Amino acid sequence: MKHYDLIIVGAGIIGTACADYASEAGLKVAVVEPGPIGGGATAAAMGHLVAMDEDPAELALAHYSLNLWEAFTAVAQIEYSRCGTLWVASNEGEYARIPEKLARLATAGVQAERIDQRQLYQLEPSLAPGLAGGMLVPREAVVYPPGAARHFLERALARGAVLCRNHVAALIPSGVQLDDQTILAGKVLLASGGALPQLLPQLPMRKRKGHLVITDRYPGKVHHQLLELGYADSAHGDAQSSVAFNVQPRPTGQILIGSSREYGTETADVSMPMVQRMLERTLRFLPGLGQLDALRIWTGFRPVSADGLPYLGRAPGHTDVWVAAGHEGLGITTSLGSARLVIDQLLERPTAIDPRPYDPARVAA
Amino acid sequence: MSERYDIVIVGAGPAGLAAAQAAARHGACVALIDAQAEAGGQVWRKDVFHGWPRRARQCIPQVLQHAGVSWLPRTQVVQAGAGELLIQDDKQARYIGYDKLILANGARELLLPFPGWTLPGVTGAGALQALAKQGWPLQGRRIVIAGSGPLLLAAAATAKKHGAKVLGIYEQASAAAIQRFARKLWRWPGKAWQAASLRTQLAGIPYRYGSVVLQASGTDVLQAIDIDGPHGREQLECDHLAVGYGLVPNIELAQMLGCRLKYEGAHACVEVDATQRTSIANVYATGELCGIGGRDTAWIEGSMAGHAAAGADIPHALLQQQRHARHFATALQQTFALAPRIRTLAQAETLICRCEDVPLQALHDHADARSAKLATRCGMGACQGRICGSALAELGHYPRSAPRPPLFPARLATLGTPLSDPQQGLSP
Amino acid sequence: MSDVRVRIHVNGHLLEVPAGISVAAAVARLQLPCRRSVGGQWRAPFCGMGVCFECRMRIDGQAQQRACMTQVRNGMQVSTDE
Repeated sequence: MKHYDLIIVGAGIIGTACADYASEAGLKVAVVEPGPIGGGATAAAMGHLVAMDEDPAELALAHYSLNLWEAFTAVAQIEYSRCGTLWVASNEGEYARIPEKLARLATAGVQAERIDQRQLYQLEPSLAPGLAGGMLVPREAVVYPPGAARHFLERALARGAVLCRNHVAALIPSGVQLDDQTILAGKVLLASGGALPQLLPQLPMRKRKGHLVITDRYPGKVHHQLLELGYADSAHGDAQSSVAFNVQPRPTGQILIGSSREYGTETADVSMPMVQRMLERTLRFLPGLGQLDALRIWTGFRPVSADGLPYLGRAPGHTDVWVAAGHEGLGITTSLGSARLVIDQLLERPTAIDPRPYDPARVAA
Repeated sequence: MSERYDIVIVGAGPAGLAAAQAAARHGACVALIDAQAEAGGQVWRKDVFHGWPRRARQCIPQVLQHAGVSWLPRTQVVQAGAGELLIQDDKQARYIGYDKLILANGARELLLPFPGWTLPGVTGAGALQALAKQGWPLQGRRIVIAGSGPLLLAAAATAKKHGAKVLGIYEQASAAAIQRFARKLWRWPGKAWQAASLRTQLAGIPYRYGSVVLQASGTDVLQAIDIDGPHGREQLECDHLAVGYGLVPNIELAQMLGCRLKYEGAHACVEVDATQRTSIANVYATGELCGIGGRDTAWIEGSMAGHAAAGADIPHALLQQQRHARHFATALQQTFALAPRIRTLAQAETLICRCEDVPLQALHDHADARSAKLATRCGMGACQGRICGSALAELGHYPRSAPRPPLFPARLATLGTPLSDPQQGLSP
Repeated sequence: MSDVRVRIHVNGHLLEVPAGISVAAAVARLQLPCRRSVGGQWRAPFCGMGVCFECRMRIDGQAQQRACMTQVRNGMQVSTDE
């Protein structure tokens, strides 16, 4: 039996961010992960660090977390690129709703401005004609999520944390039992994303499949992370499947294309009909991209909680089991804030933001 | 689907051409697809200046002009599913439907890393043939050919025909292995004749056994190579090094369809039954895809698949010919098996992934292919892991995982093409 | 087979070549490498058959085209990395 202050299950962006913060706080940490670091949903994330203004609790967590990300702008393997976000208004109605978004973002300290049609095409000449304008968030950035997960884990390991290449077979009163019968004793933090129900079935979790397409290198075609203002309808909606315009210029010069959402499928196979829908939408906004070559298509599963907000706090019915999971499409953005929120609670320290909206107990058993 | 064929054949080398001929003669409506502008594949590649090889000169136009054959050149298969293919050419993309599919998309060269292999001036050996035939300037250029297999001789002959100065052919197999093989050649008189003919064509060019190129050097471009042979190490100045270590079946399309594979050594081939049918009921595979067997095997098995896909019996003579041809292929494989030291030519700083410039040492820290890929981007480039993946398989690391679409880099507009049949379209 | 000549532009220079040859072969006549790797190394066609993607160049305004898979055409504009 090995003793730790904290056993973190899962080495995706959430688990590794927790390992980093916990080890920094002086805890003796074990991270349990059988697969590649950041190899789950983290490897299918776009890495867009973004403030979405529709939900106040989501915005508060994002705001907290985005400030923390500023400490990592110079880390090579994170590939931090401050390209800014440009939300695109397809029509006058969307354009007219921008000032209220600006106001909500302002309360969270996010600097943004409305831009008119003329400015829009100056900023992104490749956009299709007929768009109404947009909202520019100039200081937002993109990162390489597996690189970030590796970096957070390396920091933890340098402080004496250990990595166990195992599955957790079961939660036991003293800690966890691994697939090789070893027992790790200590407090447990479940950061296993979509696999959370395997160890904690009482917290509802759905898997929402997404597709990504990446192109060959075409520098200069797209300058900002581009999204349609209707993106939130897809993300916050509950449709069985949906797509939304979402395109990112990678520092390599490649163009990363999302986004699709799909419930009711657990196969990681690429679905050509979903890819076709997603690209059809992409090419409506960026018709010139049609001639560019796609090199790869891959998929991932966003972990979705009962209400779309992550579970961050003590596991219901447990004393020494904690949860940090269920981030839908905002895992990368909110990873740093999530880690602090959970571990500060575990250490009975004051939290920087109100933890109650993310309390796992909010979900009726 | 508006555009449907009884039989779609992917690849217009000897196997695909033979299949198209056999199937069309039974009255089938056939589509023959190839990514190149001209039919012939690699072994029958049309030379810009000399045309097709003599044997192909009559048969290729005959096949392409057959009423039952729709020839689709410059066409790339992007994605394959049950009963349909997404294809793209220079201008547009569309889905086509098939009842039967014959995979005849052949093999590519096994290109293994060694210090300096990324220098301009270093190519494969089959690559040298392909480049020569597409008009590459070889007149007066000093060329060294190295690696393994009879392809080296064919490449040397082509290079010489195009005016190159071939400084030497350096075969890694031992003299003893080659001589053992030569003593068996009487069983395949056609091959023996071919070998003798090549000897004549290549008279005056040094042919060395048990020799390996250790490194290529130069500033920005190839200037010299180091060769290790039975008599020690020598350095040669040259303009072009053509080095290839054999062939690897292009199984990615078969894999995408779910066909069962089998491994003969480090590289997979497609498993087929006696009628060239794969584990997928309406999908056939022939030629190099089923194991490196050479041009004769490809033509024979292509014919067999064409008959079978058209619902006809396979002529008994073909089965006998196939056995005979595959025996030759097996003898070849044994003779030219790679010496272990070829797998250790790459040094720590030698690039393994040419697309993303990933050196061998960067891969050492990772226990599995996926970790290595996520951390280093090895395999994430334009070649989709074909070059580095086959090299790493040969070197004994990381088996290759199943490919996802697109089969080759494809235009976004292609991937955004809707299925033409509204009933197979998407729910809103 | 090819006494017909074709005129193309490579990096702004006019080049007359036999019809039917590949763009890769045409550029090789100028003894130019075609591409810089992501690490800045010079590269030239390697596999000759469309698999390795080392021969990518800008052809008629479209980047990342495989030169070994493209035949020359009158008036073609080709640019390599410089």
